Order: sequence, then C-alpha cells, then structure tokens
Amino acid sequence: MTTTSAPPPAATREAYGPALVKLAEAGHDIVALDADLSASTGGNKLAASFPERWFTVGAAEANLISIAAGLASTGKTVYAASFAVFMPGHCFDQIRVQIAQQRMNVKLIASHGGISVGEDGASAQAIEDLALMTSLPGMNVVVPSDAVEADAMIRSAAEDNDPWYIRLGRPKLPIIYTDGPSFTLGQADQLRYGTDVTLIACGLMLEPSLRAADSLTQEGISARVLNMATIKPLDEATIVRAAEETGAIVCAEEHNVIGGLGSAVARTLALHCPTPMEQVGIDDTFGQSGPWTALLNEYGLTSESVVEAAKRAIARK
Amino acid sequence: MTTSTASAADTDALLDVCKRIRRHIVEMTHAAQSGHPGGSLSSTEIFAALYFGGVARHDPANPQWDRRDRVILSKGHATPVVYATLAEAGYFSTELIPTFRSLGTQLQGHVVRNKPAGVEMSGGALGMGLSFAVGIALGHELDSLDDDEGQIFVVVGDGELNEGQNWEAIMSASHFGLHRITAVLDRNHFQNDGPGDEIMRIDPVGDKWSAFGWGVQHVDGHDVTAVRAALLTARARTDAPQVVICETVKGRGVSFMASNPGAWHGKGPSDEQLAQALDEIEAGLS
Repeated sequence: MTTTSAPPPAATREAYGPALVKLAEAGHDIVALDADLSASTGGNKLAASFPERWFTVGAAEANLISIAAGLASTGKTVYAASFAVFMPGHCFDQIRVQIAQQRMNVKLIASHGGISVGEDGASAQAIEDLALMTSLPGMNVVVPSDAVEADAMIRSAAEDNDPWYIRLGRPKLPIIYTDGPSFTLGQADQLRYGTDVTLIACGLMLEPSLRAADSLTQEGISARVLNMATIKPLDEATIVRAAEETGAIVCAEEHNVIGGLGSAVARTLALHCPTPMEQVGIDDTFGQSGPWTALLNEYGLTSESVVEAAKRAIARK
Repeated sequence: MTTSTASAADTDALLDVCKRIRRHIVEMTHAAQSGHPGGSLSSTEIFAALYFGGVARHDPANPQWDRRDRVILSKGHATPVVYATLAEAGYFSTELIPTFRSLGTQLQGHVVRNKPAGVEMSGGALGMGLSFAVGIALGHELDSLDDDEGQIFVVVGDGELNEGQNWEAIMSASHFGLHRITAVLDRNHFQNDGPGDEIMRIDPVGDKWSAFGWGVQHVDGHDVTAVRAALLTARARTDAPQVVICETVKGRGVSFMASNPGAWHGKGPSDEQLAQALDEIEAGLS
C-alpha cells in the first residue's frame, strides 16, 4: 500500500458513464443504449457530451437487445445497459439468438447485479445472471471487483469484436486496484501468493477474500488469492496450477452457488485436477429487502464465511 | 388496394419468377421432408417483388455493400422462400437447394445470418426482426446515408404479431422517425395451431399500425405487380415508417395446401404430392 490517502469507495457501475465518454472522445465508433434506467446505469453521461451516440428505448429490454444487434450489424460497437435482473431476465432469447448466435459486437452492461441491490428485494436481485450468460457459446462474461477494474473492462471490451456481459454493482466498494488495473480477458490476477489454500473470488467478494487471507495468515495458514474477474473464458491453467500447488480451493461470489464462478471452477477441477473445494455464495435461495451489508451477512457473503470455508477445504485434503 | 404500373413484360417476368420460387419451395421441403411450405408459398409474391421487381437495391456480387437495402425475414421459419429467392437472384447455386436442412448445409432450417450470404438476420424466435431493423436504421442515420439508401424491408407474419416485442419495435420506429423501415405483413390468417382469428385476433391490424404512427397500405399479396407498386410507394416515403399489409393465402399455388393450411405449416410433401404440386404451380393454379 502506498502512503497516500486511499481513494474514496466507488460503485463499479459508476465507471460506466465516464468510460463511455472516454471511448467516444478517443474516436471509437460506439453507440450506447439504455432502457429507462440511464441515471442508474450512468449511460446518460454519454448523452450529455455525445447525444447523437446515445438512445433510450424506454422500458423495453427485448427491443433494447435486438436494436443493439441491428446497430452492431452496421459496424458500430454497441453498449446496451440495464439492470441485471432485466437483462438477461427480460431478454434472454434476444441475447441468445441475436447477440450470441449472430456473434454481434454488443457489450451488455448489467448494472445492479447480485443481492447487494439491497432494499428493492428479491425481484430486483440478480443471482442467476451469470448462469444464464455463461451458458451461451461465444459470450464473454466478466465481473469487476472495483471501479478501477470496471473501467478497464468496459474500455477493453471496445477493442474486441465479440459479445461481452459485464456485471456491475450498486454499492460503493473500496478500491482494490489503487495502483491501476491489471485486467486481461480470460486471465486470473493473483493478488496474494499462498501455499495452503487458494481463495478464488470475483466481484464484491474479492475484498472480503483478501481480508480472509489476512485472518488465515494470522492463524498460520498461507492463502493464495486469485481475482477471477473473467468467468468465461475461464483461466483454467491458473486454477489447475493453484489446485496442484495448494491442494484446496474456495470460491466466493455474489451469485447462486449453482451456475456461477464456483460451478465453473468445480467443473475445471473435476475434469483436470480433482481437489477439495468449498463454495461461498447464495445457497440456491432468493433474497429479500434490507441494507446491502445486512444482506451480505444474512446470506453468508462475508470474510468470516471465506475463512471457515478455507478451513473446511484444508481439512478435506 | 394499390394499382400496378408495371408493364406486361415486367408482369410476365415476375409471374415466371414466382413459379420458379414456388417450385423450389415444394422441392426443398419434399427433399428435407420437413420445413415450412405454407408460409413460404404465401410470401412468394412479396419476395419476388422485393428482389425482382426493382424494389430492394442489392448486389449478389457484393452482398456486404454498405448502402444496400436489406430484406429481413422476421418470420424466420419461412426459409424456403428466402433460399429460393436468393438462389434465383444469384447469391448461390440452385444446386444447393436439395441440401436444405441436411447436416453441414448452409441452408439451415431457420435463417442464420450470412448463411448463405444475403441472409441478413438470424431468426426463428419470432418477433425480433422489426427491432433489428430499428437498430439498422439508427446506424444508417448516424452514418448519414441518403434518404433513399439503406432501406430495410422486414417480412413479418400475422401469427408472429402475437409476440409483444413487435409492438415495442413498431412504437420505437415511429418514435425515432425511421422512414427507412418498411414492414411487409404476410397476412395469411393461419398460424401454427390454427386460424389466427381463433388463436389470437390481431385485427384491426392496419388501424393498430396506423395508431402507432406508421403509414399503412393494404394490397392483394398474390398480385405481384400490386405488391411491387405498394413496396415502391413505401420505399419512397420519407415521413414515417411504412407497412404493406399483404392479404395472402397460406399454401397459395398448391391446392391441397391452400385448402388445408393448418396441415401445411411445418411439413414436406410426399412424392405424389410433390408431383401434383409441381403440376399445379406450372399451370398457375391457385
């Protein structure tokens, strides 16, 4: 850590609007679409400086996605933004046929992912979106752990012609990448070296996993920490190496334990390097209203949960 | 009804193209023993007019020409009429037609973008074509195409209008003032489960479209010169998106299909039925 004061917490969603403006200023032929949630996604920031490059289609997510595909067919790099419950929730078929099957240059910006949406309750809390999106051939699926990484993802997506699903969040989170991002699609970022267990996390569970590693260190347990910001394509080589070198794996994510990061890592381990593994995630249940920090505690998405999971995994060696 | 201005020679040529398209439709669904002949036969004059009536500006030698008009099949199961038309227009060899729906073919059961070149959009899940067209039209506006460049013709089915996304698209096309879009409704009155009026009534469909801010024309969808004239009129309009509502018969041109359209949504004819169908198409019976 540097001695300068830490940057203020920021939501990953806050990176979106400024990243769009930077892309447009740099001359990228982008178009951004919103569906009546532009103040929340931040897409309206592009409207202020490049109004001709931004459209809202109203509260109509199916239309949003097919319009995005049509725009992409004219050579544009298209960003389509909504909440993760509505996109893919309202428009999975459109994403499947018109974005994934047509392999369109469309970046899906899914804001307000996970239960950390908070008080709006279960209908607003996307806990299954990663399962839907990773099931689509050709879809790149990424989850940033802080606003710095989110900015890097959103901008690097413009350099790629394939579809991406970028899951952003509502709550303000501490900045992990204070010295700048190290995001590369499909590559895990090892933040801590360790030899007894590997903690694999994405999104808002990365920071508690780093704290868990600190706690484990105090108990004499050496924990490796991987930021698995890309859920698909998964960095299988780094996972297998971690399994071979540490012999125990914990996955931590703000998603149903079925179909997200943990499922993807479990598949990799089962196929290539069977290894004791534990999961921290939402245990196949829907959420409820509440402050986001209280919800994380209620559903076990905490540093303490990661510590306990690590000990269970190590005990199974 | 729109009246025709085409010359007799033009009309004869278009009628001949319609016969060839219909032959391909019944032959390919016979070869595959599957596919969708009924809704392809009802769309035949629409496709003939678009591609051979001087309506859609396109170039088979340069299918990605960026100022081309685009024809989009939103009722994505009616692939036989699309493949028949594209082959006749020179996008690929008619020798490929018997491979329809077979393993490894370009001619997939439902449309797949650029397979073969000339297919503008993947489909098969209904209701997405008009939205896709809205996206194309917005892109053309950004690229400052001239008003008469980059038109988009979207062929939609009447059963397909059950899908709510169509109405999202229809609303947004007029909201954005996208005059380049022309919807062409194949109003054949039959959908998968039976008569449209019994499954889900869409009338007064022209009034609905009009209420959403579109220009509306009604035409006999099997009068190819009238369809051509209506499409040319729609193409020239620059004030609002346009719809041409084509009154059609599902299975038109093959008597046992037209008289029993519910049975011919999604299956191919037998050997004997094929022979009868080809005779009737040649004779120009309905």
